[in-house]
Amino acid sequence: MDTPSGAKRAFLLVFLCTLIGAAAQILVKQGTAKLGAHITLGDVARHPDLFFRFSWGVITNFKLFIGYCMYGVVTFLMAAALKGRELSRIYPIIALTYVWVTLLSLFLLPDEHMNLFRWAGIAFIVCGVSILGLKK
Amino acid sequence: MKTPLSSIILVLFGSFIGSFGAVFLKLGAEHMQGGLRRLLTNYWLATGIVLYLTSSIFYMMGVSQGQLTVLYPMVSLGYIWAILWARIFFKERFTVPKIGGLLMIICGVALINLGNA
Repeated sequence: MDTPSGAKRAFLLVFLCTLIGAAAQILVKQGTAKLGAHITLGDVARHPDLFFRFSWGVITNFKLFIGYCMYGVVTFLMAAALKGRELSRIYPIIALTYVWVTLLSLFLLPDEHMNLFRWAGIAFIVCGVSILGLKK
Repeated sequence: MKTPLSSIILVLFGSFIGSFGAVFLKLGAEHMQGGLRRLLTNYWLATGIVLYLTSSIFYMMGVSQGQLTVLYPMVSLGYIWAILWARIFFKERFTVPKIGGLLMIICGVALINLGNA
């Protein structure tokens, strides 16, 4: 079933999915900027209606809608591509999402910057996620 | 501009809720068998989807303030819960790579918080 060329195509598809997924994250971030108000978890606990009002703002926000549709499609494609396949080698590809989101944020979002600590943090996270699926 | 702690907490809370979503989706997948009707009455699956949607609302509340270069990496902490629930609910064993990977992720998240000054 899992031929080498089939596996290769699945990996390529997952790679493309991480790029699209990262782009979706940028859209979501841009979309939430229009929702305004600074809400904290404590605010939501005290006024649960905030949760529903925020949700309504999300549903009626074009960028968030598109971003989440992209995210949904990508998740579905990845699940379909990976079904029945050996997953241990796929984690490093999925981990790349953290790199794409960082790079796209720097290029496309205002007020973003990186420093040595943050780059080191990304490196640790990418390595950590990459090895999660390894067999002993 | 520093990313507020309240945003980081919201993103972490979102990923915590989302990790339960994953548990229910897996339970739903295990109960999945033929027919649209069975799919629509698969309450495990429905609960999983509701939990995912709820978690994404908290995530969005979080990322609405602050920098994505700080907030997005916080999502990786969700792997901790995923691996913990997999152990508790599905009897999936802790392995050396899982523990090692988790420790690296925790270090990574700590470094990013250090860089958020």
